[in-house]
Amino acid sequence: MTEDWLLYEVFIRSRSGLEHKHVGSVHAADARMAIEHARDTYTRRLEGVSIWVVRSSEIVASDPEEAEALFEPARDKIYRHPTFYAIPEEVKNL
Amino acid sequence: MYTQALDSAGAAEPQGDVEEAARLERFQARIDRDEKIEPKDWMPEDYRQALIRQIAQHAHSEVVGMLPEGNWITRAPSLRRKVVLIAKVQDEGGHGMYLYSAAETLGVSRAALIEQLLAGRAKYSSIFNYPTLTWADIGAIGWLVDGAAIMNQIPLCRCSYGPYARAMVRICKEESFHQRQGYELMLTLVRGSAAQRTMAQEALNRWWWPSLMMFGPSDAHSVHTAQSLRWKIKRFSNDELRQKFIDVTVPQAQYLGLTVPDPQLCWDEPAQHFRAGPIDWSEFQAVLAGDGPCNRERLAARREAHEAGRWVREAAAAYAEKHRTARPRPAAEEGGT
Ligand SMILES: [Fe+2]
Ligand SMILES: [Fe+2]
Repeated sequence: MTEDWLLYEVFIRSRSGLEHKHVGSVHAADARMAIEHARDTYTRRLEGVSIWVVRSSEIVASDPEEAEALFEPARDKIYRHPTFYAIPEEVKNL
Repeated sequence: MYTQALDSAGAAEPQGDVEEAARLERFQARIDRDEKIEPKDWMPEDYRQALIRQIAQHAHSEVVGMLPEGNWITRAPSLRRKVVLIAKVQDEGGHGMYLYSAAETLGVSRAALIEQLLAGRAKYSSIFNYPTLTWADIGAIGWLVDGAAIMNQIPLCRCSYGPYARAMVRICKEESFHQRQGYELMLTLVRGSAAQRTMAQEALNRWWWPSLMMFGPSDAHSVHTAQSLRWKIKRFSNDELRQKFIDVTVPQAQYLGLTVPDPQLCWDEPAQHFRAGPIDWSEFQAVLAGDGPCNRERLAARREAHEAGRWVREAAAAYAEKHRTARPRPAAEEGGT
């Protein structure tokens, strides 16, 4: 069986002012080719003005099993939101 | 879509039946709440396999689907038609890439999937085993085959598996142009000479029934439907989607002044549906089993393309390897004596 080329994750900035967003992946022999494949695969209709490619093996992801430990603590900290504070209606610009 | 390179955190060993049952229940509950399942989440092995099977089959269909239309690129009747057809065929190749990319997040390698296709062990949509005999077939394919594909694909945008759903959103955005260019091509033909109208009618005759078969076997005989619906991999049954397709397509044929090749087709006023005659499933089974008009030709073309591209892949890999290993010489040496 022929081996796959390296796997790269593709991130596209759809227009300047916006962040790069993950769109999928491509296989390529090197980073330059990954950019070219990403261009052909993900921007045939002006979907982007800039491309990032990152070797998939370089991405470190959090484990869904630890999602609770990571994200639950933020749930009861509603005092971090402006709506937590009651301000009389007459007070303006707050 | 980074599964290949990541640890398989999702595939932890089940610890006993009770725990496994609880996990399954939690999984189904997530699906029932319309939560999306993402690559690293725990999922039942059957769910993973069902998705790999469906996404791979879908990816192969996009790739093989380039062949019947590619057949007419050099003979398109105008430059406008030619650039349109090239763009469409390129889109189909792109659809294949989005889908292989989604399948890979489930832990299967792209090379393995392509190997299965080339070895004749993978399924793809049987519609692409029919030949494109005249230019009108290019119109009929865009109108009917892409039309049927859209009908199938729109509900898949809400599929429970995140990467597949996202790939489908991307694909559906692009499909609409495919169908419209096909219908426009048919319109041009029916407004042309008598010979062109005949050509359009004959193309409809050839592609109508195979298009209806694209939705797969009727619900009574579909092995995977019930489970796929429970897992929200599918959202509608084969027969429901087929009926929707018939209902929207018959009026389009009428507008063209063409006759749908089904003598039993009629309008069911109380139900507000068109009723089609029975489908000849023996033909579908034969094409699926490899005895369609072009099964062998399609696979041979894929194999040839794969082999002909081998030296390019190898050269690119060798070039990349050379640049990876070429290190700048240490400074000490550079200084000379
Ligand atoms: Fe497609
Ligand atoms: Fe298409």
